[in-house]
Amino acid sequence: MKLKILSIFCSLLLGIVPLAIAQENADTASVDSTAVASPAPVSQLTAVDTDNDHGHSISLKWEPSPDDGAGLKSVIGYEVYRAESPGGPFVIRAALPSGASSHIDVGAKEKESGDYMADYTDYYYKVRAITADSLVYSDSDVFGPVQCYGQWFNTGRIPVLVFVIGFMCTTILLIQKAKSGAKLFVRRLAGIEAVDEAIGRATEMGKPILYVLGLGTAADIATIASYTILGRVAKKVAEYQTRLIVPCYDPITMTVAQETVKTAYADAGRPDDYNEDMVYFVTQSQFAYVAAVNGTMLRERPATNIYMGLFYAESLILAETGALAGSIQISGTDQIAQIPFFIVACDYTLIGEELYAASAYLGREPLLLGSLKAQDYAKAAFIVLAVIGFLTINFGIDWFKQLFYISN
Amino acid sequence: MANSKRISAIILIIVIATFLLSWIIKAFNLEGSPNNTGLWFSIRDAFFITIAAFLTLAIFSFLYKDNPYYKFAEHLFVGISAAYWMCVGFWSTLIGNLVPNISSSLSTFFRVPYKGLHFTYFVPLILGIILLMRLSSKRGWISRWALAWIVGTTSGLNLIRYLRTDFISQVSNTFIPLLVDWKGVGPFFSHFSLSSTGQFAMTLSNWVIFIGVFCGLIYFFFSKEHKGIFGTASRVGIWVLMITFGASFGYTVMGRVSLLVGRLTYLFRDWLGLIS
Repeated sequence: MKLKILSIFCSLLLGIVPLAIAQENADTASVDSTAVASPAPVSQLTAVDTDNDHGHSISLKWEPSPDDGAGLKSVIGYEVYRAESPGGPFVIRAALPSGASSHIDVGAKEKESGDYMADYTDYYYKVRAITADSLVYSDSDVFGPVQCYGQWFNTGRIPVLVFVIGFMCTTILLIQKAKSGAKLFVRRLAGIEAVDEAIGRATEMGKPILYVLGLGTAADIATIASYTILGRVAKKVAEYQTRLIVPCYDPITMTVAQETVKTAYADAGRPDDYNEDMVYFVTQSQFAYVAAVNGTMLRERPATNIYMGLFYAESLILAETGALAGSIQISGTDQIAQIPFFIVACDYTLIGEELYAASAYLGREPLLLGSLKAQDYAKAAFIVLAVIGFLTINFGIDWFKQLFYISN
Repeated sequence: MANSKRISAIILIIVIATFLLSWIIKAFNLEGSPNNTGLWFSIRDAFFITIAAFLTLAIFSFLYKDNPYYKFAEHLFVGISAAYWMCVGFWSTLIGNLVPNISSSLSTFFRVPYKGLHFTYFVPLILGIILLMRLSSKRGWISRWALAWIVGTTSGLNLIRYLRTDFISQVSNTFIPLLVDWKGVGPFFSHFSLSSTGQFAMTLSNWVIFIGVFCGLIYFFFSKEHKGIFGTASRVGIWVLMITFGASFGYTVMGRVSLLVGRLTYLFRDWLGLIS
């Protein structure tokens, strides 16, 4: 009996399994039969050199396949192919999602690179509409030849050119005006007026002055502004015969600072008092530099600490240690995130633009005063333009804003 | 004086003994851990963990006052980092960038792939040599040419960059409607909402930007004394700046606290093993 049941079960099993497999194959076949439907290709493919660039780039546009999001809805994306002859071989350049209708093919400009894309060379493109089945796709007509090349002039940056020319002309005019002896007013800057007082205090106490240029390189605007202030401080220090300590983070910054201090000592009529060890290199590691400057503050106990330049996370550590050492502290930076720390820990702080103004305020040289005045004129122009723009946008006029559009 | 020296010596012995003991215990702990990779590795790893903990505490000791342990950590840190960055500069800038573009034989010597002769790379090479001329007492003035090149070029480049990002883009970003989706008094009040994306919040935000930018600019106007209406606007400007700095202060301090937590976690977890 048991044997009979087992034989029935086996026969059923042997019968059902092939049936199930056959059914599954039939299902797969039916799925394949719907997926294999070839989509319509993309149309109106065009390719042109990308505008306003250095070359090595071609911009493509096309009309998406009618089966992308509509029709058969079988298109899941596009592949962009490029070749150096119409017959190929075509190389895939990009894979894009469905709905895409443009692409910028950017190649490398270095000949050694495997992705190098030569200027003034014929290229041919085609775009493939792809489906879920990698074997089912449709190619567009081949477009070409098209060449890429660089442009000498970026028309998208005309607003920048206009403003640069306007700013430069204003600066030159104002410098000439200052040179001709016209009195150019600059309002009082409390932080800078305190510098002379702080140097006097250091002289009376017989203690040195610590000048920190921050972590900027010689190329940073804040550091460049700081050199002028350093020159002024060094000149006063030379006159009062006080000691100056300038620990530097960057070797080139140190070299420029040494030259600045040397010139200041010569200007003060004391070139022999200049000692190269006043300005020295510490390290290019941020927190090692901070550790060294902090140690100097507590060992040398300077009467005045001046922090002018580019600062990052070290600003609070330096300013707090200086306060702990009982020094008068004057700071200035254009780093918005660090200004709060200087404000809370220093006696005087130059906020952003005041750092740049300080150099002109201290020097009173026509060159610096003229450029400071030009900056003020630029700010006035900013206000006027912003008012016009604000009025136009509030009255629904958009063309004025478009004048300020700058492409990359 | 002699007494103070004796105390310092005793403290030094205690510190050395403590950290030696810590090293031994840590090595045993690592030896017994599931990730154990051998006795010597345990001793080595325990040594590095202990040294890192010692240096961390030595730097923290600055909070009390300047002391020999802080000085040791400071000098070690400065010396190692200065040497490290010099090596990085030599191998990445001179050998990595310059040599492969100017000399085939030097590229072979330093075992870097030669990229062909590029004459533009001779410009920084010459400027670098000029910069080194400052070591000569007679011809040191030549180095100023290189410095003038660096400062002048970067000033010019930065002028364009700042004018573009801080001026023109900033001007156009100030062109904002002061009444966002304004549909009249009735609908404005009937649809009043304090949602951050709502009409009221957007309108308020645009007003703050508008007034803040104008008054802030007036504060940074140096050609006129800040008196009268100009002075009032300037004071509003500095208030806007101070509120911004206050918010920035709080935000940045939170970031710094997380750094402190990271260091304390190292001490209590990796070194002492008190937390998991």
